[in-house]
Amino acid sequence: MAKSVKKLDSKQIAILKKVLRYMKRYWFFLGLSLVLAAVTVASTLYLPLLIGDAVDCLLGPGKVDFDGLFSILATMGVLIAVTAFAQWVMNVCNNKMTYQIVRDIRNEAFAKIEILPLKYIDGHAHGEVVSRVIADVDQFSDGLLMGFTQLFSGVLTIFGTLGFMLSVNVGITMVVLFVTPVSLLVASFIAKRTFQMFRKQSEARGEQTALIDEMIGNQKVVQAFGQEKESLKRFDEINGRLQKYSLQAIFFSSITNPATRFVNSLVYTGVGIAGAFAALSGHLSVGQLTSFLSYANQYTKPFNEISGVVTELQNAIACAGRVFELIEEQPQVPEPADAVVLRDVRGKVELKDVSFSYTPEQKLIEELNLAVRPGQRIAIVGPTGCGKTTVINLLMRFYDVCGGRIQVEGTDIRQLTRESLRAGYGMVLQETWLRYGTVRDNIAIGKPDATMEEVVAAAKACHAHSFIRRLPKGYDTVIGEDGGSLSQGQKQLLCISRVMLCSPPMLILDEATSSIDTRTELKIQNAFAKLMEGRTSFIVAHRLSTIREADCILVMKDGKIIEQGKHDWLLAQNGFYARLYNSQFAQ
Amino acid sequence: MKKLLVYLKGYEKETVLAPLFKMLEALFELFVPLVMAAVIDTGIARGDRDYIVRMCLLLIALGIIGLVCSITAQFFAARAATGFSTRLRHALFSHIQGLSYTEMDTVGTSTLITRMTSDINQVQSGVNLVLRLFLRSPFIVFGAMIMAFTVDTKAAWIFVVTIPLLSIVVFGIMLWTMPLYKRVQAALDSVLRLTRENLSGVRVIRAFNKEKEEQAHFQEQNEKLTGLQKFVGRISGLMNPITYVIVNGAIVVLLYTGALRVDGGVLTQGAVVALVNYMSQILVELVKLANLIITVTKAIACGNRIQGVFEVENSLRPGAYTGQENQIHSVEFDRVGLTYAGASNESLTDISFRAVTGETVGVIGGTGSGKTSLVNLIPRFYDATRGAVLYDGKDVKEYDPQALRKKIGIVPQKAVLFAGTIADNLRWGKPDATEEEMWEALTIAQAKEFVEKKEGKLSAVVAQGGKNLSGGQRQRLTIARALIRRPEVLILDDSASALDFATDAALRRAIAGMKERPITFIVSQRTSSILHADRIVVLDDGEIAGIGTHEQLLSCCPVYQEIYDSQFRDHKEGK
Repeated sequence: MAKSVKKLDSKQIAILKKVLRYMKRYWFFLGLSLVLAAVTVASTLYLPLLIGDAVDCLLGPGKVDFDGLFSILATMGVLIAVTAFAQWVMNVCNNKMTYQIVRDIRNEAFAKIEILPLKYIDGHAHGEVVSRVIADVDQFSDGLLMGFTQLFSGVLTIFGTLGFMLSVNVGITMVVLFVTPVSLLVASFIAKRTFQMFRKQSEARGEQTALIDEMIGNQKVVQAFGQEKESLKRFDEINGRLQKYSLQAIFFSSITNPATRFVNSLVYTGVGIAGAFAALSGHLSVGQLTSFLSYANQYTKPFNEISGVVTELQNAIACAGRVFELIEEQPQVPEPADAVVLRDVRGKVELKDVSFSYTPEQKLIEELNLAVRPGQRIAIVGPTGCGKTTVINLLMRFYDVCGGRIQVEGTDIRQLTRESLRAGYGMVLQETWLRYGTVRDNIAIGKPDATMEEVVAAAKACHAHSFIRRLPKGYDTVIGEDGGSLSQGQKQLLCISRVMLCSPPMLILDEATSSIDTRTELKIQNAFAKLMEGRTSFIVAHRLSTIREADCILVMKDGKIIEQGKHDWLLAQNGFYARLYNSQFAQ
Repeated sequence: MKKLLVYLKGYEKETVLAPLFKMLEALFELFVPLVMAAVIDTGIARGDRDYIVRMCLLLIALGIIGLVCSITAQFFAARAATGFSTRLRHALFSHIQGLSYTEMDTVGTSTLITRMTSDINQVQSGVNLVLRLFLRSPFIVFGAMIMAFTVDTKAAWIFVVTIPLLSIVVFGIMLWTMPLYKRVQAALDSVLRLTRENLSGVRVIRAFNKEKEEQAHFQEQNEKLTGLQKFVGRISGLMNPITYVIVNGAIVVLLYTGALRVDGGVLTQGAVVALVNYMSQILVELVKLANLIITVTKAIACGNRIQGVFEVENSLRPGAYTGQENQIHSVEFDRVGLTYAGASNESLTDISFRAVTGETVGVIGGTGSGKTSLVNLIPRFYDATRGAVLYDGKDVKEYDPQALRKKIGIVPQKAVLFAGTIADNLRWGKPDATEEEMWEALTIAQAKEFVEKKEGKLSAVVAQGGKNLSGGQRQRLTIARALIRRPEVLILDDSASALDFATDAALRRAIAGMKERPITFIVSQRTSSILHADRIVVLDDGEIAGIGTHEQLLSCCPVYQEIYDSQFRDHKEGK
């Protein structure tokens, strides 16, 4: 135990200090809890002593000291009440402290997520971030906060027991002191041996899960090719191995309890024999022997607990570290104090010498210049990875430019409030995103106070009304997280309706129709055309049919605009655009 | 859950022996306080050192016997539990594999995977614990009571009162909190969902300036969770103090009663000590039992979920017909209608057409118009709910699905490959395929070139899901996998979407040039892919909007014209 505590390095201590900062708010409960823990331990330990005294009053027929007994029993009654009350209040304090700290940390972590730069969110697996906010915080609360109190009362119990035992009889205490470590040794010996077996078990389990994932996840293909028997054979092979390793791991680890129990019974016997001899020589009363026997039982328990707590504590520190890492992550560039609120947007957008790259080593956009007049329709085309979506990221200020500047209505967007800039755009992305909630809530996300009529009108304009009507509860149908059972096309129609409802002054459509069939797209085109009327719009697409009517087509390649102009003109140039266009219809 | 217990079959011996040995261990444990009482009453009272030593040796002997019994019990329990779960996993996996598309759609893959993995693990540890502890704890509780009766009948009545009282508190609190824990879990789930939503939807949330509202929403949910947690915590926090009061209160009463009995000469001092020891043992075991019950309840819930999967029956009734060896085959749809399980409307309505060997059928239509549903009926992935699909003149429902599917090569929409080598994946189509056959299939699928460039060629490694290959490469390999079995029917379900137009065209030419031309179904959204088909089926909202050749449809099918125009209008003008 001492060894593992020493292993706390400076980094872990730094984390512990941060934890203490969160606890500070609840210092009163922490203090109370510690005091009560001490009270509980002391009175719990005092009780066996009283029982022993009581037993000593029962000397034999006609020799019972009833007066002494009554006063002892009365003390016991008071003590029991005090212990129970202290224990209960301590539990309440710990609960309150633990869960409120957990709440505070989660709130802070979530608040950080809302202001993290997109770079962080794009660069980290979402599952990993989620597990920091959920699982890590849980582990942390279980381990660290519970661990603190357990460790505290565990250590108190050990020293308290020792003290009580020493006060009664030194010799027998020594017996307990020397035999007890044996049970710890046995436990750690078994734990070391079984570790390998558990590793093998989890390896086999992982292998099996991978196979299940693959075969059941793609069951349709498995069935189409009649591979059921084959995959069952592979499954059984792993299953057999798993059985073998599981048996070993479970069996050997389950020896721990009987083994330590056996050692404890040795302690018990040792105390019994030493105590009995001491009693014979008059050094010990029968009642004291009784107290000793119950101390012997109590003494070993916290040792086993503490060794568990220490491992958990270290795990908890690691978890806390991961959460704090998220909380301390650099937020997006804050808005300047004198940030301007963008008003009366007409749709004048200029990009001046814009350069940008996600990583310093790999330049992406360089010296991009573009002047868009209000109401113009700008299409951005080019092969995959040429930087089309990046332009959108910059326009919306999801990322900040590395060089040059972007101006809306003549103001650098970094001088604007993010809120007013983004409110100026309506955005539909290729990746549809819907949230858990009703269809109506999803459409009205940008305008929560929209009336039902407005919502329906927007949906009708986007040809979404007819399929929504056919859903079980129409607009009140609750759709699962990320759209649930809706088809990709239907999800996209909802996303388009969402923008339609807000009718913002500028539009960004990033591959907005790529998952919709061409005939529906043709119909939505009308809706889009209406939506785009008089609005500056940026359209990214690799389906060229979508963008033929643009006022200006930007042809991008490797982060640069290599051609710029109207469809017919570009075709006539017979350049990159013409090649791109023709490749789509090559027979 | 009960029905799952059949998988313990073959482990009856272990299932009986494990608790039996555990009870033996408990029995020996119950003797310990009696021996200690003897040490006090006989050994100390008479000053008999030999007796004390003998009794202590007896204690050690009891400990050793207990240890041996216990280890034996653990072994049998572990064997029964792992054997049980292994057989259960096998049965469940093979059951799931037998489920048809309809069931897979309703149950959901991720659910099934959870059932197969974590749920079975939970059940396994449940079985293990039950075998080890379920008899031991009650045995000790009641054993202690019975032992108390052997010591002194009057004092034993204190046990008779205390045990039910303790049980009411322990199990009452448990029953009270269990449903509350479920609510805590639900609240945690919604906090988790919000976090995930805010990450995956970060662009939309920021574009609509929803950050502050989201944060408020999160805090509200988080507060709800915290409130619930504190509430449950307060209740379960009652358990320890109350049981402490009951047990120690009982000890006080015991000491008082004991004092009266000792004074009257009925009981000895050692006997009172033994009674006090029994009382302490009871509490420890009851708490263990309560924890055990929580684990077991969880395991039973998992078991029931697994049972639920077993109860999902395959809706596809396999036939026995295995087909005939013809030169000419035919696929015929006869007024076919299809309603998916749980859907209110038909996804396909009144589909009728016929195709024979050598012909190519193009299927075109908008998103959700029923194209994939239509071709899925041919290999009996789903059964038609009206009308019939006939293969070689016989209803596919009369075929053995496995035999029927052997005749068909399918290239699904999503190009799925499996961990292994390229050759392994091709062998899915034909287990005994020769290298020559593999190369032939790869050539037709336009995959020869890139496979040749791969290190190891046919034995190049494919990662799970084919992640180390590009979308186009994956798609071409899935095509080769379907072709290698020389299918009588070839179904390409939008399988050229990741191919460029030139490769797509080359592929279609190569298929047309095959020696034994299958009946080919090409599902596509692109008119260019099906332009040259012998027959084009135009679907609109699950119904046939037109059927015929490209030219015929262009002149008389408005839906087809619209689709065509949406893709080619400007192209024509442009030229």
